[in-house]
Amino acid sequence: MSATTSSASSIPGPAKDLRVSRALGKRRHRINFVVKTLCVLATMLGMVLLGSILLTLIWRGAAGLSLTVFTNVTKPPGSGGGLLNAIVGTLIQTVIGTAIGTPIGLLVGTYLAEYGHSSPLANAVRFVSDVLLSAPSILIGLFVYQFAVEPFGGFSGAAGCIALAIIVIPIVVRTTEDMLRLITPSLREAAIGLGAPKWKVIVLICYRAAMDGIVTGVLLAIARIAGETAPLLFTSLGNLNWSVSLGQPMASLPVAIYQYAGSAFDDWVQLAWVGALLITFGVLAINIAARLLLRRGK
Amino acid sequence: MSMTTAPSESQNTSFGNVQARAASAMNPARISIDNLDFYYGEHKALKGIGLDLPDRQVTGMIGPSGCGKSTLLRVLNRMYDLYPGQRATGQVMMDEMNIIDPKVDVNALRARVGMVFQKPTPFPMTIYENIAFGVKLHERLSRSAMDERVEWSLTRAALWGEVKDRLNTSAMGLSGGQQQRLCIARTIAVRPEVILLDEPTSALDPISTLKIEELIDELKHDFTIAIVTHNMQQAARCADQVAFFYLGEMVECAPAAQIFTAPKQKRTQEYVTGRFG
Amino acid sequence: MSDSTEHLVKSFDNDLKRLRDMLTEMGGIVESQLAMAAQAILNRDAVVAMRAVEEDPKVDALEREVEQFVIQMLALRQPMAGDLRRIVAALKITGDLERIGDYAANVAKRSVVLGQYNLPYSLAGLAHMATLVQEQLKSIMDALGTSDTAKAVEVWRSDRVVDDIYNALFRELITYMMEDPRNITPCTHLLFIAKNLERIGDHTTNIAETVYYAVEGEAIPDVRPKGDTSAYTVVKPKE
Repeated sequence: MSATTSSASSIPGPAKDLRVSRALGKRRHRINFVVKTLCVLATMLGMVLLGSILLTLIWRGAAGLSLTVFTNVTKPPGSGGGLLNAIVGTLIQTVIGTAIGTPIGLLVGTYLAEYGHSSPLANAVRFVSDVLLSAPSILIGLFVYQFAVEPFGGFSGAAGCIALAIIVIPIVVRTTEDMLRLITPSLREAAIGLGAPKWKVIVLICYRAAMDGIVTGVLLAIARIAGETAPLLFTSLGNLNWSVSLGQPMASLPVAIYQYAGSAFDDWVQLAWVGALLITFGVLAINIAARLLLRRGK
Repeated sequence: MSMTTAPSESQNTSFGNVQARAASAMNPARISIDNLDFYYGEHKALKGIGLDLPDRQVTGMIGPSGCGKSTLLRVLNRMYDLYPGQRATGQVMMDEMNIIDPKVDVNALRARVGMVFQKPTPFPMTIYENIAFGVKLHERLSRSAMDERVEWSLTRAALWGEVKDRLNTSAMGLSGGQQQRLCIARTIAVRPEVILLDEPTSALDPISTLKIEELIDELKHDFTIAIVTHNMQQAARCADQVAFFYLGEMVECAPAAQIFTAPKQKRTQEYVTGRFG
Repeated sequence: MSDSTEHLVKSFDNDLKRLRDMLTEMGGIVESQLAMAAQAILNRDAVVAMRAVEEDPKVDALEREVEQFVIQMLALRQPMAGDLRRIVAALKITGDLERIGDYAANVAKRSVVLGQYNLPYSLAGLAHMATLVQEQLKSIMDALGTSDTAKAVEVWRSDRVVDDIYNALFRELITYMMEDPRNITPCTHLLFIAKNLERIGDHTTNIAETVYYAVEGEAIPDVRPKGDTSAYTVVKPKE
């Protein structure tokens, strides 16, 4: 203590009262302790809740997990039905929704980052895209119902795909724009300095440089739509029979869970748990893949 | 009692004569700048610049930050085109072409006037593709001709020996100094006449810096080079002539030996001796 | 010149000042050495002569010190332009001063030998030459201290007079030697003394050129005619 006092006083300049600074230091430590404790408690609460959800899911879902879940379509209660049609339906709608939404989102994101910058149009597009990103997904379902279900006289898998694509677009727009903006201007200038036209710079250089980030965005979008229920209720509706036709109502896991979980039959409730387990771990796997990709990018 | 005899007589070899020799050694101009003004929006960043870049020699540009030296470099390959609100007036003649004329084909111009930046900027692709990228923009080469061109440019950039066994690995795996030499190789692969270097070694360690400087010395046999640097010793080591910029004006341009031993202008003297401001 | 504004790094200014001080000190010692040597000849004073000789190691030590300091400054400060010229000039000037000190010591030593002879003739010419050279050395050290290039040019031109006196002395001493062979030993010493004083003048001229370059950044814009024609006094080279 005395050593610090003497060394501090040997430095020329305005004097510093070490007692005050020690008192302030103690105060900081107390505040730090309180806030840290609160943070740890909140984190633990979240972890416990999440853990209990996962454990319950595994506990209840694993009990009903069997090969028939993957080989049989949904059947009337008590006749040993599976979830094949729902799994396939989810896969089809997710793949097509992503396939439609990704290119559109990519192009819009590219426009915002490379051409629009902060022009009025770009700002408007960015604003709309951000609103869409946080809009309740049931609104999207209603919207698609208005122009893709009613005019064509019925629910269809195609309408479900469109609804999911609309959810994909703003996610991909945001990640694409962010990732393209992260690229240093000097990389662009280096390519332009060699005499490359702008479109070649974007396609050959910028997309490559931003690849990991963009793919991550797409994966996150897939994870999001794979679990969506609300927009599908008004579009592909769900289907208890085997159907891969986009013109017909199409089954999907989230909708199946929604329908079965509320039913009075034990084996349907059991199937709902299995579906929930499948969809949760599917989404979890995609999320982990996205994180791994992002880490590799850094 | 020793007989002291006079040492060999040497009283008339004054060391002021060296400059005179250096002054006469400038080649004819490859790029000739005359009365160049440059604006960032309303701000006038270059005022009435007149400067010749002598053919196959190195012109060093020095001056405090914001003096306009990098701006001038970015005029020479029209890099300022990328940014709205930036414009230039005056004459920047290369052969019969005024570089800042809006009618000039900038992509063709940039193939003639290459640029290397402060931070190494390898493209996110293999070493081979990094070189081939620029070449493919301007030429159609067979596979074997392209191989030859890649080897030629990497050899000229003193990098071939270090990377010849891993041409198909990512360029991002190279060290900083290697990346910068790759960028130089990429630039010379399109066979420009002029190479612009914008503080090419400011992000490199001293040994990599010396390698780049040695490379510049080697390259000036074939290319006209302009280098912007904050490191005065570097300008002294690399440049044949040095231009000193201050507040958007070119204060003095003279052979490097003169700028660093006996500058004519007071401002230059103050800057190079560290008595600025 | 560069002295007028301060360097951004103060310790660099301090180094430059220390270098100037070292040169001034060295110049002072050499000036007194030369004065004592002149006195030793004219007054036949062997004690003063020995004191002049004893100063020499001090000058040599100072020269080494300046040399080392200059090398250190070049390596650590990487001076440019005016600073570079001044620092390199200091290196050259210290060499010239050291030579001047050597010549002065040599003159003093010879004066001791001369003291053993009866000289049947006047030493007025030699005395005049010594005075002139002393004045030149003092002027150029002043010019160095004040960066006065006009004064440097003046010193540079005045060396012509020293050369003329030297040539006259050369003829005079040869004449004495031809008259009487017993004069040969003292006159040879006198010849060397005169030659040494003439060389001191030349080194002073060198310093003048160096000072001019250090301050102006260019050589003195004039060619000084070579003044020492004694090489051709007896036998002219064939055309």
